[in-house]
Amino acid sequence: MKYIDEFQNPELARRLLDDIHATVTRPWALMEVCGGQTHTIIRHGIDQLLPEQVELIHGPGCPVCVTPLEVIDKALEIASRPDVVFCSFGDMLRVPGTGRDLFQVRSEGGDVRVVYSPLDALRIAQENPGREVVFFGIGFETTAPPNAMTVYQARKLGIRNFSLLVSHVRVPPAIEAIMRSPSCRVQGFLAAGHVCSVMGMGEYPELAARHRVPIVVTGFEPLDILEGVRRAVRQLERGEHTVDNAYARAVRPEGNPAALAMLEDVFEVTDRAWRGIGVIPDSGWRLSSRYREYDAEHRFSVTGINTLEPAECRSGEVLQGLLKPHECEAFGTLCTPRSPLGATMVSSEGACAAYYLYRRLELTPARTAVSPEASPVA
Amino acid sequence: MCLAVPGRVLDIGERDGTRMATVDFGGVQKEVCLEYLPDLQVGEYAIVHVGFALQRLDEESARQTLELFEQLGMLQEEFGDPWEQAAAAGGDPWPFSDDPDAAAAQEEARP
Repeated sequence: MKYIDEFQNPELARRLLDDIHATVTRPWALMEVCGGQTHTIIRHGIDQLLPEQVELIHGPGCPVCVTPLEVIDKALEIASRPDVVFCSFGDMLRVPGTGRDLFQVRSEGGDVRVVYSPLDALRIAQENPGREVVFFGIGFETTAPPNAMTVYQARKLGIRNFSLLVSHVRVPPAIEAIMRSPSCRVQGFLAAGHVCSVMGMGEYPELAARHRVPIVVTGFEPLDILEGVRRAVRQLERGEHTVDNAYARAVRPEGNPAALAMLEDVFEVTDRAWRGIGVIPDSGWRLSSRYREYDAEHRFSVTGINTLEPAECRSGEVLQGLLKPHECEAFGTLCTPRSPLGATMVSSEGACAAYYLYRRLELTPARTAVSPEASPVA
Repeated sequence: MCLAVPGRVLDIGERDGTRMATVDFGGVQKEVCLEYLPDLQVGEYAIVHVGFALQRLDEESARQTLELFEQLGMLQEEFGDPWEQAAAAGGDPWPFSDDPDAAAAQEEARP
């Protein structure tokens, strides 16, 4: 259990909480989209400090968690090739594919390297002209522009031994899918701040209006979360449903125009499968036809891969806010961070890992009904 | 990985025709691409994600965020040795130990 005096500015936190308590008159369910926000909430016990009527539902905003098993298996196959240097961000190392992970591939002799930036992978390609260098390009709208720039640079510099295994996902179509689900209980969204730093807020007004749902762009520090909740609850109590920016210090309405232009050039929108959830229309990016030669899937023809999701893993329901992590029977027994069944447990941003790390069992046991037919997509 | 960290620009240069900077993140320095914020100047702060400056940030917000990240050990998470972190990713056994002293020690050790 955490206490309010652990907040960076306890006085301000108390004022925000008082305001939320004074405003709320009936139950509301808000979804925080970003996995970083989920961790802040659990780490600081924010959900326990809020009025009982305000429920926070964890969203699908962890890029590591939602990367499909099939893509992980493709990564493992490519990384196992003797001619390949496989580069990835560190948080993909322990994500389980079918039977193993990148950590294991490395211990079996694969040349798996962790980079801080995709440009580091490009430099490795420059320094190793005799080898194929593949970068694992996953992530949301925050990560896509760096990866797009790296492919652009590869072409500009004529680097031929570099390619991207790409599985980028986009937030607005996921919000759309969640709202369309017949079992959806979400009444307001805390949108992911850093996604909006890049993309701006242009995609949200139409979503907010059509689904009559307030969308508050929110940062991921404890006070940011409280402020996001405060603004969302105010709107809901007033019957409003607009887009509001509670993270103005880092989000401009227009986003980052240079990054948007690069995305437009290098990627094109495509349907994308989300691990545990299924295919969401228009929810991803792939390399556009102009950059197809840099697509690792084409370069290495990774086919014939059998993907087997563990039957006990219910991370799909967790990702859609239909199930709290500790309500899964495998939680903490069959499934732990050391031996994860699904990516929501292995990723440091996953909801299951957050519950495991911060020992959360006691939350809202009966409020969440589980429905196996509840996938937001048909 | 979806974390973006504020940093301060120390110097600006060019690599392969690309605008690059050395950026300081509370003591850790990294090479960062400025192509998405081409008018960022030395001394200014920006939110940086996987080696790319994505949005300007005022100094006070940046300092506060960096301070918080340091307290929470998140800078170590972002810039520490990823292999070590992956190896240690398992955390403590679940559920709590039955021994109340051990459980208290576990809780104490938590960030």
